[in-house]
Amino acid sequence: MNLLLLVLLLPAAGFLIALALPRSSPASSRYWALAISLVTFLASLALLGWFDRSVAGDQLTVDLLWISSPEIRFHIAADGVSLWLVLLSTFLTPICVLISWNHIQSRVKEFYAFLLLLEVGLVGVFLAQDLFLFYVFWEVSLVPMYFLIGIWGHERRIYAAVKFFLYTMAGSVLMLAAIIYLYNRAGTFGYAAILDQLASGRLAFTAFEQMLLFLAFFVAFAIKVPLFPLHTWLPDAHVEAPTAGSVMLASVMLKMGTFGILHYALPLFPAAARRCAPWIAVLAIIGIIYGALVAMVQPNMKKLVAYSSVSHLGFVVLGIFSFTQIGLDGAVYQMLNHGITTGALFALVGLMYDRRHSLAIEDYGGVATAAPWLSTVFLITTLASIGLPLLNNFVGEFLVLQGAALANFKWAIWAALGVILSACYMLWMYQRVFYGELKDAVRSHMPDLNLREWAVVVPLIAMMVWMGVYSKSFLDPVGKTTARVLEQTQVNVPYRVDLRGPASTEVSRAR
Amino acid sequence: MQLWLIPILPLAGFLINGLFGRRFSKGLVNAFAIGSVVLAFLWVLKTLFGLGGLTAAYTEHYFTWIQSGALSVGCDFSVDRLTAVMLLVVTGIGSLIHIYAIGYMAHEGGYYRFFAYLNLFMFFMLTLVLAANYLVLFVGWEGVGLCSYLLIGFYFDKKIATDAGNKAFIVNRIGDFGFSLAMFLIFRQFGSFDFAHVFAQAPAAPVGLLTLIGILLMFGACGKSAQIPLYVWLPDAMAGPTPVSALIHAATMVTAGVYMTARSWVIYTHAPIAMDVIAYIGIATAFVAATIGLAQNDIKKVFAYSTVSQLGYMFVGVGCGAFSAGIYHLMTHAFFKALLFLGAGAVIHSLSGEQDMRQMGGLRAKIPWTFGVMLCASLAIAGFPFTSGFFSKDAILLAADHRAPWLYWVGVFTAGMTAFYVFRAFFMTFFGKYRGKEHPHESPPVMLIPLVILAGLSLVGGYLFKIPDFLRPVFPAVEAPEAFGPMAVASAAGLLGIALAYLMYVYRPGIPDSIASGAKGLYTLVYNKYFVDEIYDAAVVKPLVGGSRVVLWKGFDAGLIDGTVNGIGARAKGIGGVLRLAQSGNTRSYATWIAFGGVLVIFGMAAMIVLGGLR
Amino acid sequence: MMGHVPLSWFLMLSAVLFSLGVAGFIFRRNIITMFMSIELILNAVNLTFITFAYQRQQVAGHLLAFFVMVVAAAEAAVGLAIILTVFKNRETLNIDDLDSMKN
Repeated sequence: MNLLLLVLLLPAAGFLIALALPRSSPASSRYWALAISLVTFLASLALLGWFDRSVAGDQLTVDLLWISSPEIRFHIAADGVSLWLVLLSTFLTPICVLISWNHIQSRVKEFYAFLLLLEVGLVGVFLAQDLFLFYVFWEVSLVPMYFLIGIWGHERRIYAAVKFFLYTMAGSVLMLAAIIYLYNRAGTFGYAAILDQLASGRLAFTAFEQMLLFLAFFVAFAIKVPLFPLHTWLPDAHVEAPTAGSVMLASVMLKMGTFGILHYALPLFPAAARRCAPWIAVLAIIGIIYGALVAMVQPNMKKLVAYSSVSHLGFVVLGIFSFTQIGLDGAVYQMLNHGITTGALFALVGLMYDRRHSLAIEDYGGVATAAPWLSTVFLITTLASIGLPLLNNFVGEFLVLQGAALANFKWAIWAALGVILSACYMLWMYQRVFYGELKDAVRSHMPDLNLREWAVVVPLIAMMVWMGVYSKSFLDPVGKTTARVLEQTQVNVPYRVDLRGPASTEVSRAR
Repeated sequence: MQLWLIPILPLAGFLINGLFGRRFSKGLVNAFAIGSVVLAFLWVLKTLFGLGGLTAAYTEHYFTWIQSGALSVGCDFSVDRLTAVMLLVVTGIGSLIHIYAIGYMAHEGGYYRFFAYLNLFMFFMLTLVLAANYLVLFVGWEGVGLCSYLLIGFYFDKKIATDAGNKAFIVNRIGDFGFSLAMFLIFRQFGSFDFAHVFAQAPAAPVGLLTLIGILLMFGACGKSAQIPLYVWLPDAMAGPTPVSALIHAATMVTAGVYMTARSWVIYTHAPIAMDVIAYIGIATAFVAATIGLAQNDIKKVFAYSTVSQLGYMFVGVGCGAFSAGIYHLMTHAFFKALLFLGAGAVIHSLSGEQDMRQMGGLRAKIPWTFGVMLCASLAIAGFPFTSGFFSKDAILLAADHRAPWLYWVGVFTAGMTAFYVFRAFFMTFFGKYRGKEHPHESPPVMLIPLVILAGLSLVGGYLFKIPDFLRPVFPAVEAPEAFGPMAVASAAGLLGIALAYLMYVYRPGIPDSIASGAKGLYTLVYNKYFVDEIYDAAVVKPLVGGSRVVLWKGFDAGLIDGTVNGIGARAKGIGGVLRLAQSGNTRSYATWIAFGGVLVIFGMAAMIVLGGLR
Repeated sequence: MMGHVPLSWFLMLSAVLFSLGVAGFIFRRNIITMFMSIELILNAVNLTFITFAYQRQQVAGHLLAFFVMVVAAAEAAVGLAIILTVFKNRETLNIDDLDSMKN
């Protein structure tokens, strides 16, 4: 049995069995989801052992024929980037099961079934090597999230769910069109085969074609990231989603966008990507500063964290479009960091919501007196989020900024302003929620962490410290893969652009 | 030589006390907290003896921290003579202040938390001084900022304390903005962060770039070392417990900026403009902060502004190329300013928390030990001949004189002011009649012993530890000759300041009030610290927050973007609403439409056949 | 016998039957009547199939006619069942009252 297949099939099987469990016993659904997600996580840990760190390319491939005409293959494989994103998904799913333990009281069975289905979709997106299969997983992951928000969310959940769905759909339709166009030109959905044709010159696009295709892919991914100004679905979706939904959405789903940019948009359309890079970098920087400024004035904790995500994801996009090894490594690292840190922030805000039943900052105050450990854990997460050295985000932000500084120093200047602002909004929120005099309403509703909640936060904190102190264990495979992406975006340029008109000047600029 | 043990020991103390301290007795907390720092001090001593002369830097590599493409940052520690001075100051003074804190914090809540934070601070501070590259230095740099934030906001139920903590962290972040940009440029130019590598290549780098790097680094140092324009956080930082003010906001952390600029001396000596900027900013800060110090009534605020002013002196030293003089003053300042704060803490402690000097007075007889040590510290900071401050301040002023005479004269004038306001505080506290209500009591021995040791160091430390001689292998030679004239003038300025303070606050206590009412405008300006906080608030903070709320969030985000998106949705709904009218729900109307359509198709086909020529 | 009757007569009859069916479907309100109108339409179409099959001497028309008859039988079964259920639930057979799909 191939391990990748196992990691993909375990939650799928878990989903089917979860559907068959009796509705009358919610506990059985909870324990089943916990068990299967833990087993999946263990399987993905084993993946780490089997993964050969010295190889840059795809590994642990499974390639089966799925639909014979048109030829669509069930082709999955892992590389140094998707490996970590898969691990991130499988790592966070059991955590999401645990934080939903008491939070979800209605339709428990369906909730956990959807959570497992979501895991299938996310893992599939990161592993698929066939464009059609990728699209299928992309949409599969959309459905459970729609229901997670729409059924188990807060007051305006329907509005948020529909907004989320339509936004994403608007982008993915463009992507589907581009995929079909690619198929018509290349005669295959196989990603490796298309890259091969491009590299050998059997498939070539005009500069205009390439630009349109790139934009079609990029807009789909940029909505998911979300890149400014396509971000307004995110705060609504986060505020209304249940805790587990927020965690999965922020930690993993947003990475589908950045992963897509890195894995598809760049190697397929390098010249167009390079031509757009200055514009996209500017949008990313606007997102960094804008997200931070808007986060600063939010009265709602979840909304604040959501806008901070816009800011943090701006760093990822900036790193990718710096087109430097350091920037790309930093971008990938920042994806993982954001997954851990913002996931933890949403989880902790969820724990506080479970206690006080409010997300408004002004309803809190003095929590540090009532629940010191909760406050400590929140503080560590806050510090990670604002990029304190020895915690994870620092490494990512630093690499991204250094990469940006190598590409264009002005970018680094503007983006570094975001680092100042992140301290403003996070510390200000922390002060208003945790410090100050203990309010009576807080005192009676704020027990400290219990054992289940410790089980949620300890792994997250441990990861923050580990990723901050010893980044080498993560960056090695990442660097191999990003180096390959970088090479693809350089070597393939002359083959791919037809060398007439403005495109040829583009090539010379890209080199 | 196991350099890593030096910072790891306090880290262990932090972890143990932080995780389990809540269940420990105070004795056990003390054992771990003070034990770890004292052990670190002893280990520093052992290491330094083991390393002998230390004419060259000794480096240890532990592991690769960040590795990406051409960028490779190791977790490296390194010791040279400069580091040795810093290590001894940090661990030595740190140990004394830890011991002092046992007595000072005895009746406070959150005892274990206080010591855990203090230990964490020691860890980061030692990392900062041991670092062998800019990035590891930055780890310590940010880390001490964090501890400063935590300790300023130690009484976290008081809004004023947490506000001050936030302010400290954010202002430091603004400085770090410059520091990080400098690091990016350093890597761009030199391809490495290692001190050895960077400094070996720096002389060959373009001067313009070096100047930019130097100014950006200095901007970072301005944040940490509270220089204009970023000094505003330090006076507020006095909201923390007094041992914190002594350790972090006087003796060690705030001098990190001076250490960092001195460490980067190779860059600065090749960027003369950057050095000038440092010197100007230093002298401006020294002067402005001293004037503010003249009019403060809170004893800790006086010393806070004095710290800002003295840090300005160190910057002048560094900016004039007298790096060793800057470090010299850093060390002596650590002695006497720590002592001033700890002594002030003892006074405050004895008055059960009173900080307003107008409520003090006549304490000379009631707490004689504290009086004695405070006298030593005040003499030292005033530059009384042959105390520690005398040597170091003179070294700086001589270098300033050599660079530009006006720098020297402003420095001398500031020295006079320094002597004046310190002795003003001294006389207001210990002389005259007691004006408060509390019953003063002398501090316990656990607080007094560190005070006495520091008093000794303040008096003779400058003579015992001739830092400029010790640092000769590290820094370029100072060209300034020993000159008796300038030295005498500076000492005279100090004595004059003391005499003036005696005249105004002991001999004729009515004079200050008449001056204050005579120059009311000026007095108000100085008393309110030139309204800098208010200006920053109105010019930066309010517009930023208000603009973000009204323009960006409500206007742009919710209004424009969401308005557009929802508008598209509404349009689509509107079109659908029109088309929906055709769906009447009436079966017979549907049938009519179908029949109508069928007829239309038939006629269409017929028309095509007819027009197409009956084919 | 067939030979004496022109082909167009059959087609005319079919057209008349078809039109009657359509008219009945559109203008009557009773579902049963509408249902019978549909049967009429189907039979009109059947007649056309048979006519052309006869004219062209091909069996395909007969085949289609059988098909239509089978479908009509199935439709009758299902349709009557639906009509019965509707009547049970609504107690009316007036088609204009059955417009709950509208909202």
